[in-house]
Amino acid sequence: MGDILIVGVGGQGTLLASRVLGNLALSLGYDVKLSEVHGMAQRGGSVVTHVRFGEKVYAPVIDEGGADIILAFEKLEALRWIGRLKKNGRMFVNTQEIPPMPVITGAEKYPANIEQRISEAVPGAVFVDALTLAKEAGNAKALNTVLIGVLAKHMDFDKKAFLDAIRETVPEKLLDVNMAAFEKGYNS
Amino acid sequence: MKKLMLGNEAFARGAYEAGVTVATAYPGTPSTEITENVAKYDEIYAEWSPNEKVALEVAIGASVAGARTLCCMKHVGLNVAADPLFTAAYTGINGGLVVIVADDPGMHSSQNEQDSRLYARGAHLPMLEPSGSMEAKEYVKLAFEMSERFDTPVLVRSNTRLSHSQGIVTLNIRRDIALKPYEKDAAKYVMMPGMAKKRHVILEKRMNDIKEYADTLDINRAEYHDTKIGVITSGVVYNYVKEAIPDASVLNLGMIYPLPEQKIRAFAAKVGKLYIVEELEPFFEDMIKAMGIEVTGKAIFTVQGEYSVNMIAEKIGGKKAEIINAGALPQRPPVMCPGCPHRAVYYMLKKLGIAATGDIGCYTLGAMPPLSGIDTCVCMGASIGMAMGMEKARGKDFSRKLVAVIGDSTFFHSGITGLLDMVYNGATSTVLILDNATTGMTGHQDHPATGKNLKGDIAYAIDIPALVKSLGVKHVRVVDPFDLKALEKVLREETAREELSVVIAKRPCALLDRKKISPPYTITDKCKSCGVCLKLGCPAIEKTQNGMMIDETLCTGCGLCKDVCAFSAIEKAGE
Repeated sequence: MGDILIVGVGGQGTLLASRVLGNLALSLGYDVKLSEVHGMAQRGGSVVTHVRFGEKVYAPVIDEGGADIILAFEKLEALRWIGRLKKNGRMFVNTQEIPPMPVITGAEKYPANIEQRISEAVPGAVFVDALTLAKEAGNAKALNTVLIGVLAKHMDFDKKAFLDAIRETVPEKLLDVNMAAFEKGYNS
Repeated sequence: MKKLMLGNEAFARGAYEAGVTVATAYPGTPSTEITENVAKYDEIYAEWSPNEKVALEVAIGASVAGARTLCCMKHVGLNVAADPLFTAAYTGINGGLVVIVADDPGMHSSQNEQDSRLYARGAHLPMLEPSGSMEAKEYVKLAFEMSERFDTPVLVRSNTRLSHSQGIVTLNIRRDIALKPYEKDAAKYVMMPGMAKKRHVILEKRMNDIKEYADTLDINRAEYHDTKIGVITSGVVYNYVKEAIPDASVLNLGMIYPLPEQKIRAFAAKVGKLYIVEELEPFFEDMIKAMGIEVTGKAIFTVQGEYSVNMIAEKIGGKKAEIINAGALPQRPPVMCPGCPHRAVYYMLKKLGIAATGDIGCYTLGAMPPLSGIDTCVCMGASIGMAMGMEKARGKDFSRKLVAVIGDSTFFHSGITGLLDMVYNGATSTVLILDNATTGMTGHQDHPATGKNLKGDIAYAIDIPALVKSLGVKHVRVVDPFDLKALEKVLREETAREELSVVIAKRPCALLDRKKISPPYTITDKCKSCGVCLKLGCPAIEKTQNGMMIDETLCTGCGLCKDVCAFSAIEKAGE
């Protein structure tokens, strides 16, 4: 059974990441459910997608205290959704900061010490500068495949299964840069 | 073949396999992708209609003409389509007619969380509710069979979690269904009182027949485990129940109206304590209580928002989940995108001290700080009627500082009739049509002025200024919202004028053609940190410890910040 919550900011590519993981689980013969956010997804809000796989999956969403893994595309969002993590769950966090509107307007401050707060609650949480790695791979938008690479290194599935799932999900013309991005994440 | 499919994609596949040849809809989250996917099948004519009422009327026409027909909408869209719906229940159908309606408990992208099941009861129509993608596909096919068997439109209910979740679907082949013969039948299709009275009798008998049929359907499925606790539920909530209290017995209703009374009585007789777990209204609960069966439902469950596994585990199972508390954090509400042309309009309205009645679309986000540009948002088209009402209540002077703000697609949907009222009944207000050449919030669907239809073919493009003039509006101005000087001049002149006017702020959505994006801007050392640029509420501009900064990966180069900067401190990056 695997319950993976992918959190981030609308426009960061969380949807594609969840579809790669969904296709991966399907190829391994699991029952799979994904829950996505549409409509507001391109409008810069807090977004969350749910990936669930196992022998039999009922609910399409992961409830509070239910996620085995949280894959966070942004630091503040990682902290916001931390309540969904199971006790002894794992967290993989992109260290990028994207200020939300109340911070932009000066009404509130971007919280300090997020990495420390997460590490205290989730010992062993992994932090990675995925944006820089994506740029090194040739495209800042390949952030999502960098993070899948990070996840792949820490999961018990074959690396090849991940690569096949990416091949199946990502548009042909973006395949090379996404493969490079995956390797950057995997080897980080 | 097995495939991961979005609930909405599965609904579309079901329609395809059922031999549908006509499909109509107006976009609305969370229902939009059903019709987008239907349109991909060459065998199906699919259209974006201007609104849900027209969509359903076209669908009824296609059905009467003999075709299997699908019509899709969100919950509030069914309000718009309610008029034809209630009478189509009287006429019945010829080719099968299925209406999929998607509710939005929790209001992910809606202005209310009404429960569309009440329409099934109100209009006397059967309603099915799947609990996952595979059932979504299969129930649509069943709905078409039911529709033709009982001569009735059939409603299928979805919600956000079903429509926007993916699950595994096994694909089947399409059944090609020949058009049914069309025969003139005034007694069936002309609903004047004399005919309608007879049809009402038929409708009542039909519902009694369907009620008996409900008890024979295996989609109303009892799963017996420990019988101390029994739960009656439906749809996505069934999944939450199964995970929260796996040992309980469950009656999962696939047909949610009319209810299978004998199955419910048999289930109630076998279990100890009986719970009803249903999001929103006590729909099952009221009807099951009326059968004289004792149940617990809304006494412990809320009528608000979405349910969850933990909620059910706690309310029925008495188990509370252990949760890490993140504490209070800054919210991240959705915002207008960088480069959004609406931003310029709201900036200018604020600068001129003009209030606005608002409408439904991306531009509703202009209600949020720092722009805080609209005072009201009720339903599609309401901006115009409400501006009219405000003027009639408070007088012409009030309208000198008030505009109605409405998007292009929303104007076609239900703004035109409001504007007619303004012309006819002597309004002096200004209507501001934000023409971004698309239906934005739902993900860029075409509409009557984009020059393209849902199948991707070239279509006649309605000329909005000409349309507005033809309605009798004398003062019609078109302005580029990014030309701030022109925008200011036009808005000042038209709101000051004691006559009805329409201003069309015309500029395509920033997400429409990303190739056209110009190089990003950057902030130079001329910046005095005055903060004027922050008042635009652009997600690409941020105040850091080192002063203002523009995120070049987000900036689209629209130049609005450059235009509002009094110190010429914003320049194209690299210049």
